[in-house]
Amino acid sequence: MSAQSLVALGQKWSREQPWRLYGSQVSVLVRNEVRRNLLTRRRIWIYLLAFLPVLMILAHVIFDRNEGAGPAQLENDTQVLAGIVQLYYLRLGIFFACMAIFTWLFRGEMVERTLHYQFLVPVRREVLVVGKFFAGAIIAIALFEMAVLACFYLMYSRFGSAGKSYVFDGPGVGQLGSYLLVTALACLGYGAVFLAFSLLFKNPIIPGVVIMGWEAVAPIFPPWAQRLSVTFYLKHLCPVSLPIRGPLAIFTIVAGPVSPFVAVLGLLFLTIAILALSCFLIHRMEITYTAE
Amino acid sequence: MTPSAGQIVFENVSKFYGEVLGVNKVSFSLEPGITSLVGPNGSGKTTLMNLLTGLIKPSQGAIYVLGLTPQQPIEFFRQVGYCTQFDSFPPGTNGYDFIYWPLRLHGFGGDQSAKLTNEALERAGMAQVAQRKVAGYSKGMRQRIRLAQAIAHHPSVLILDEPLNGLDPMARAESIALFEAIAKQGMHVIISSHILEEVDRISDRVVWMSSGYVVAEGQIREVRKEVRDHPMQILVRCSNAARLAAAAFELDHVVEAKILNDGHGVLVRTRDAEQFYLLLNKIVSGGLVEVDAVAPADDDVNSIYQYLIGSDGGPT
Repeated sequence: MSAQSLVALGQKWSREQPWRLYGSQVSVLVRNEVRRNLLTRRRIWIYLLAFLPVLMILAHVIFDRNEGAGPAQLENDTQVLAGIVQLYYLRLGIFFACMAIFTWLFRGEMVERTLHYQFLVPVRREVLVVGKFFAGAIIAIALFEMAVLACFYLMYSRFGSAGKSYVFDGPGVGQLGSYLLVTALACLGYGAVFLAFSLLFKNPIIPGVVIMGWEAVAPIFPPWAQRLSVTFYLKHLCPVSLPIRGPLAIFTIVAGPVSPFVAVLGLLFLTIAILALSCFLIHRMEITYTAE
Repeated sequence: MTPSAGQIVFENVSKFYGEVLGVNKVSFSLEPGITSLVGPNGSGKTTLMNLLTGLIKPSQGAIYVLGLTPQQPIEFFRQVGYCTQFDSFPPGTNGYDFIYWPLRLHGFGGDQSAKLTNEALERAGMAQVAQRKVAGYSKGMRQRIRLAQAIAHHPSVLILDEPLNGLDPMARAESIALFEAIAKQGMHVIISSHILEEVDRISDRVVWMSSGYVVAEGQIREVRKEVRDHPMQILVRCSNAARLAAAAFELDHVVEAKILNDGHGVLVRTRDAEQFYLLLNKIVSGGLVEVDAVAPADDDVNSIYQYLIGSDGGPT
């Protein structure tokens, strides 16, 4: 078959089946972005953000062998794990990793002067946003789910049969499921926010810091305002409450009870709304590398 | 102007970067064939190309390419290929992937994309080095791999920003032959180039730009006729140069008739070339002068560039 016939055939197919075309474009975008962003040396500090608690727990397991491994210690370690997930991963680790991953999806291509290649192919810009968002989400979720899983395993494996019993016969598996769910939702929520920021601001770091502040103080605002915060939804899904007093207690306030179902749907709705905003914003985007 | 399915149309297009003028009130339409954009640095050539492909948006006015706009990206970019001047590539990519993956985004399957990639690499003379990282390419190779990407999906409109930059003479000749072949198939090829001799040779029409304005556009000889401030120069190689020069001087519209140093020709500057050619016919038919060759000496891109824009057509 000649090249012209191939072109005509390919164009006919994509004209007749636009949704399949969008699907295949998203999968190509995801593949390219994951390859470009996941396995690169410049992303090492994101791996560090994800696996720093794993290293700390590993050190704890290795160097504190003589510490008691009874029920009290197991309860204590459960609280420690809850603190790691709620205070470190949700507030810092995932937040900063998503800032790096998702703002780089568009802004990074502007810096590297390669975004025009994405704008010169027959891809709707909305599809570009969705493809890049999925790629960022896959990278962030894969990294942090692995890290949370590793933390959980290391935390309970040292308790031997008591740990096994806690995990499989007690609340352990349920807690793990909740941690994996909040981790994934945090990646989606923060990811959508930072993707939109990268389309709104030349330097998304400052607005990122503002968002971090907002996420911290949102609990003292009225309930309707709290719903504009990612952590509002995540807190309702965390399985273990933290007994924290003092200024840090602000991070653990749960204002107004919300069912887990509503929390998940609320966060997904927030994510989709921010993505829709990004789809609108990308239509205004121009390739002006000299202005970067 | 009404957007036509076969034309590229600029309708009163202006682009401002804040208070800085990119292009101003550009209106023209282009038929298929090779069109060259010519002008000095900052004249707005790249801005015009970026506007054409939707990389930037006009502050006012509208642009249609074969009746389409970049707001319809799926149809638009099937028809358009743009080889930009940005000399940057996705990190770590090799020549093959650089062409293959964009084709996948067009919706072509793996086998189709591979076939089209190989064909584009062959056409651009890059098949031998396709598996090498683009970062290791010479400037000319990077230019050609971008060209290969722009032509891989067989676009109807090919836009090339300084496509001959960095190419050696052989590659330059091959590229020009490729552009001519594409234009012969009834397609649009829009080129910006500062190599005016080659622009002159290959262009069906030229758009001369200066400071964001289109100062002239059309076929080279037609535009030359319109530049009335500068008399046309006609070189006549003949046997009796003194006789021809004397006859030419009798015409009001001839402002200069200079006998060449070798004595076998005259360079005539006239405000009415048609009248001069009539005189020449008369002299030749009267047997007074034997003419070997007659050729316009300044109806080329470079001369018009100098007359309209006021500098030599150096690097743009």
